[in-house]
Amino acid sequence: MSVNLEEAAEHPAVAVDIETRPLGRDRTLKILFGILIFVVAIALPFVTKSFFVFQVTMVMIYAIAILGLNLLTGFNGQFSLGHAAFYAIGAYTAAILMDKAGISYVWTLPVAGIVCFVFGFLFGLPALRLEGIYLALATFALSVATPQILKLSPLEHWTGGVQGIVIMKPDAPFGLPLNQDQWLYFFTLIVTAIMFWMASNMLRSRTGRAMMAIRDNPIASRSMGVNNSLYKATTFGISATYTGIAGALGAIVVQFVAPDSFTVVLSIALLVGLVVGGVGWIPGAFFGGLFVLFVPNIAESISKGLSGAFYGLILMLLVFIMPTGVAGFLALIRHKVLRRGA
Amino acid sequence: MTKLLEVKGLHAGYGQTKVLHGIDFSIDEGSVTTLLGANGAGKTTTLRALCGMIRRSGDILLSGEQINRKQTEDIVRVGVAHVPDGRGTFTRQTVEENLQLGAMARSDKAGIAQDLELVFSYFPILKERRTQQAGLLSGGEQQMLAVGRALMLRPKLMLLDEPSFGLAPMITREIFEIFRELNRKEKVSMLVVEQNAQIALELADQAYLLETGRIVFSGRADDIRDDENLRKAYLGY
Repeated sequence: MSVNLEEAAEHPAVAVDIETRPLGRDRTLKILFGILIFVVAIALPFVTKSFFVFQVTMVMIYAIAILGLNLLTGFNGQFSLGHAAFYAIGAYTAAILMDKAGISYVWTLPVAGIVCFVFGFLFGLPALRLEGIYLALATFALSVATPQILKLSPLEHWTGGVQGIVIMKPDAPFGLPLNQDQWLYFFTLIVTAIMFWMASNMLRSRTGRAMMAIRDNPIASRSMGVNNSLYKATTFGISATYTGIAGALGAIVVQFVAPDSFTVVLSIALLVGLVVGGVGWIPGAFFGGLFVLFVPNIAESISKGLSGAFYGLILMLLVFIMPTGVAGFLALIRHKVLRRGA
Repeated sequence: MTKLLEVKGLHAGYGQTKVLHGIDFSIDEGSVTTLLGANGAGKTTTLRALCGMIRRSGDILLSGEQINRKQTEDIVRVGVAHVPDGRGTFTRQTVEENLQLGAMARSDKAGIAQDLELVFSYFPILKERRTQQAGLLSGGEQQMLAVGRALMLRPKLMLLDEPSFGLAPMITREIFEIFRELNRKEKVSMLVVEQNAQIALELADQAYLLETGRIVFSGRADDIRDDENLRKAYLGY
């Protein structure tokens, strides 16, 4: 495609094409990127420190959670400020299964996924009546309520109340010569790859087209025979599944769950990650994950007392420089390079 | 001739506002019927009522089967394709994805692929633009896309809501020419709602005049065209 950006500014649809496909529709470029990322991903835990390996593992986990939010917001047009709740449900499901039932960490992921799908779907049903800002408020309420519900004393036997639950870090299986952090890194890498692969396949299928049709024009999508209600509630469920599996992985990697890790602050962080990465662009979730994990640390290293202010400043700068997220920014660079070459 | 669609005593409106006050009309199998009227007469409302997008009461029989209680998405499945006002383009998806969405209610892959080629044969411009974002198409091309998308359903009946809206006269003529071909070759029956009475009457076999939610005249399209008094009174030309 040979559009220029002035043209893009006048035609929103071109701009959207740039945002959702910042690397264009060029296959070779994508394959090259893929190989590069693969090599770096395999080599990384052997050449860096343990703590950094842990941090990158967390980036992938946030990326899965943000991808879940992106499926709902970026591809189906529904807002959520409540995804910390699904993250929490996933995390607690994994922790309780491991702590109380002694189930292997591997099996906690599918169970957390199913539990979160049910919760997400059920929450998606009343959400059908709400749009935009009202849905944002309803999901916000969900997020506010969750930590308090987790602290309730009747549930304390399961949730550990305010104390939360401590779980054990798993060792590498089959006698693999990896330490615990390295193994969890690879385990998360595999799960991440599967989750992203499934999401991109789904979005290319009829189901994905229907999801996006609802986002683009809900009235016309019904005229195509799409059952909007069913699709929207199901998308809510799938979105919650992704974020819940991320929560379960997070619990395993951090070895600890407690109610106050899953406040509305986490919901907002996921939303920020989504916007920074690029709404409606799948790989954007990784950039969002990087932001969620590293920017608070950077802000703190600048000034301990004013870390919140510096976080805000960095966020404002990023939004100012890249108003459409990393996706739009990459597209801009690509078009500049292409034009110079032409 | 057998009746494809029979509507009796159709009432519909938005909330407290009633727009249709019991209208009766029918569409013969294989014919083109047009519903004419001024702004606010209830033309678009009639189509929305047929598709189940708004509250309605009265009988709507498609090939003798009552469909007045069906949901929008189920009415599509009995072969009624709606080309809505404003065309309803899925702006952020490609032309081809838009056409594929038209076949959401079908599951025969081979047939869908065949019909995609059929649509491209009627609208070659859509084939040229198949990988483009639909939101980038011109108004005329978007109208063609909307019609092509409706065709992907292999419909018995196509409901066309002001297909001439906002289009240059030449493009309008071109599109109506294709409607005629679709009607003859693909045997698609049509209900065309129009403000541009002249062009609609050229295409249609049967016509109804709608005024503030009531049908005030019905007859053969030719008769209305030839009746100067009627034209002047209701159609203003």
